[in-house]
Amino acid sequence: MTAPLIERSSALRQLRRLGKAMTTPLLPDDYLALINPLWSQRELRGRVEKVVPETENAATLVIRPGWGWTFDHAPGQYIGIGVEIDGRFHWRSYSLSSVPLVEGKTVSITVKAMPEGFLSDHLVNGLEPGTIVRLASPQGDFTVPDPPPEKMLFLVGGSGITPVMSILRTLDRRGSIPDAVLVYSARNEDDMMFVHELRVLALRYTNFTFYERFTDADGMLTADQLDDVCPDWSDRTTWACGPAGMLDAFTQHYETYGLSDQIHVERFTLAAAGGSAAGGEVTFGVGGPTVDVDGATTLLEAGEKAGVNMLFGCRMGICHTCDVPLASGRVRDLRSGDEHGEPGEYIQTCVSVAAGDCTLSL
Amino acid sequence: MAFSDVREYTHLTDEEVEAIGAELDEIRREVEASRGQADRDYILRTITLQRRLAAAGRITLFASFFPPAWLLGTALLGSAKILENMELGHNAMHGQWDWMNDPEIHSSNWEWDTTQPAEQWKHSHNYIHHQFTNVLGHDNDIGYGILRMSRDQKWHPVNLGQPVYNALLALFFEWGVALHDLDIEAIRKGEKDPELLKKQLKQIGNKVGKQSLKDYVMYPALTGPFFLQTLTANFTANIIRNIWTHGIIFCGHFPDGAVHFTEEELEDETRAEWYLRQMLGSANFNGGKLLHIMSGQLGYQIEHHLFPDLPSNRYAAISVKVKDLCARYDIPYTTGPLYKQYGQTLRTILKLSLPNRRTSDNPAPVPERAQRRLRDDQRPTRRSELGKWSGAASV
Ligand code: FES
Repeated sequence: MTAPLIERSSALRQLRRLGKAMTTPLLPDDYLALINPLWSQRELRGRVEKVVPETENAATLVIRPGWGWTFDHAPGQYIGIGVEIDGRFHWRSYSLSSVPLVEGKTVSITVKAMPEGFLSDHLVNGLEPGTIVRLASPQGDFTVPDPPPEKMLFLVGGSGITPVMSILRTLDRRGSIPDAVLVYSARNEDDMMFVHELRVLALRYTNFTFYERFTDADGMLTADQLDDVCPDWSDRTTWACGPAGMLDAFTQHYETYGLSDQIHVERFTLAAAGGSAAGGEVTFGVGGPTVDVDGATTLLEAGEKAGVNMLFGCRMGICHTCDVPLASGRVRDLRSGDEHGEPGEYIQTCVSVAAGDCTLSL
Repeated sequence: MAFSDVREYTHLTDEEVEAIGAELDEIRREVEASRGQADRDYILRTITLQRRLAAAGRITLFASFFPPAWLLGTALLGSAKILENMELGHNAMHGQWDWMNDPEIHSSNWEWDTTQPAEQWKHSHNYIHHQFTNVLGHDNDIGYGILRMSRDQKWHPVNLGQPVYNALLALFFEWGVALHDLDIEAIRKGEKDPELLKKQLKQIGNKVGKQSLKDYVMYPALTGPFFLQTLTANFTANIIRNIWTHGIIFCGHFPDGAVHFTEEELEDETRAEWYLRQMLGSANFNGGKLLHIMSGQLGYQIEHHLFPDLPSNRYAAISVKVKDLCARYDIPYTTGPLYKQYGQTLRTILKLSLPNRRTSDNPAPVPERAQRRLRDDQRPTRRSELGKWSGAASV
């Protein structure tokens, strides 16, 4: 990733160093942000420029990022967005649907209002243009190499289309969509985001096939139907993004055929991999409370229950807002099952459980 | 029950003590549930005001060769530093604004404009002082290891110098605070973990270096030929802040009526008893809104000690309820005008520079008991949510 502008020029860097010494313990940004809230690199910020409806319950937020944003995200990556509601910040992560470009000076994410998701609902229906939001820089490895593989397959369900949209738009801009098949399931036509843009794309590129599937009428796409919609699927490098059930089915299918290396998966919901960790006594900071935690309760939840104030964002392991250094002991990452036990190592408390007694530095 | 020893509480039954605890828990819940936009607006406004004051002060000092500008710039910078220290730093590092989930105004990230590193303050103040408030041998804030502030502390001829030590402490308060978490007493006794000491000294050195570079080198240098004028202005602003914070903080626990405890009181202490100890160990002062803001709302020291992590802008409203509760249960609620509280504090410092037999006591003393200073691993660990102190930390 290229460094933000200010890090690239050595004169600016010196100036910033000087400024920092003069505003310690704050940063120069803390003063500049008084003049313009976007003039801060301390926490990336952005201003909502437009809210464009996509379907009845989905909208694209066009955001103009402030200082420190580099516009060099890889298509397919996601960003964190922090929105203040009644004094409190709520964080979620969304895939960027825009092309990585500096020219427009904006980025966009497409958000689908979830029935139970009060933040997504607020983003789709309640965000005034002009609102200042917090941003977390692009992350994720659901990306396509440049040049892309010759034969590609995208398996998409619902709002899983957003990272794929960013990938397709980028390929389109480069004027070269390779041999690609998009299988996109949505409940019905009204619920299918970007449907017109995708249809146009399919008309323009003969080697781009857009397979629309409406689950209200045809039901979910099952793994063994893959042969019908894309007979040569096993020759293609696959990107899959959508509901957890669908992703599980497809990854299993690929495993059965020994093709696990060929599928890239993006998950936006935490599939708790069962509490196989031992649990233990967890101490939250020097002199902080010590509590017994079982192997299924995340350290974030345990800390909150013990009355410790901890930072959090997505609560599902993607934004890293909740990272704290481990002082001692071992913890297990719920997603991968990996254990971490290096003192000083940063762990994500929202997806980690105790694998024995441990102490967090807070 | 240990609290039956404390004269002010002898009339309370165990059930009443628990009822008081329940009422205070209820007050906390109400405030927690109602935190919202207005509170966020308050802290953002205060932050903006503080940064503008600081910027105005620094800019004015570019004309520091001109005496009225020196005076004005120093005053602006001094008030910015007071506001930063009290209403912003002290309260943010207590976690009062953590509920906003805003990384820029959060106890885990806040660093203040004084010489003590935030991390050490969170141990020496947030943890030690607030959990073990006014317990002799546990709470190093009683006299800061320099002054004899309780009749239960043994007199030594060195104490004769107290008025002088106090004046020096007031002038250079931030430096006293900077050394606070080192626990000089433990170092003297050779009980301090050398690794920890090294780490802490490095942290302090780092912080002190940055702070001094800013106030005593960079800004003076920017004003070129008026280096000295700007330097004295910055120095004076720091001294003003030191004297003010020292005064406010001493008014929190040392006016007449604020009681010190001995470690027996900690044994089997319930959550409700912990609340009572906070109320009896703290003292308020009254005054206008501006005074309260400039003192970080520590004029509501009692409320702050009951609820150290509730937003400071709520203390005024909380105090109405706490006062009412105290009246209903006939519990003392110590308060008075600032000058009176400060006067009493000074009088105690003077008095206690002499041995007990040479002076009379204002409030009747709690029975004298043996006392010792404790290291972290000898203290009971933090009060658990159930209200009990759970054994020693090392277990
Ligand atoms: S809260 Fe987002 S990674 Fe933990």
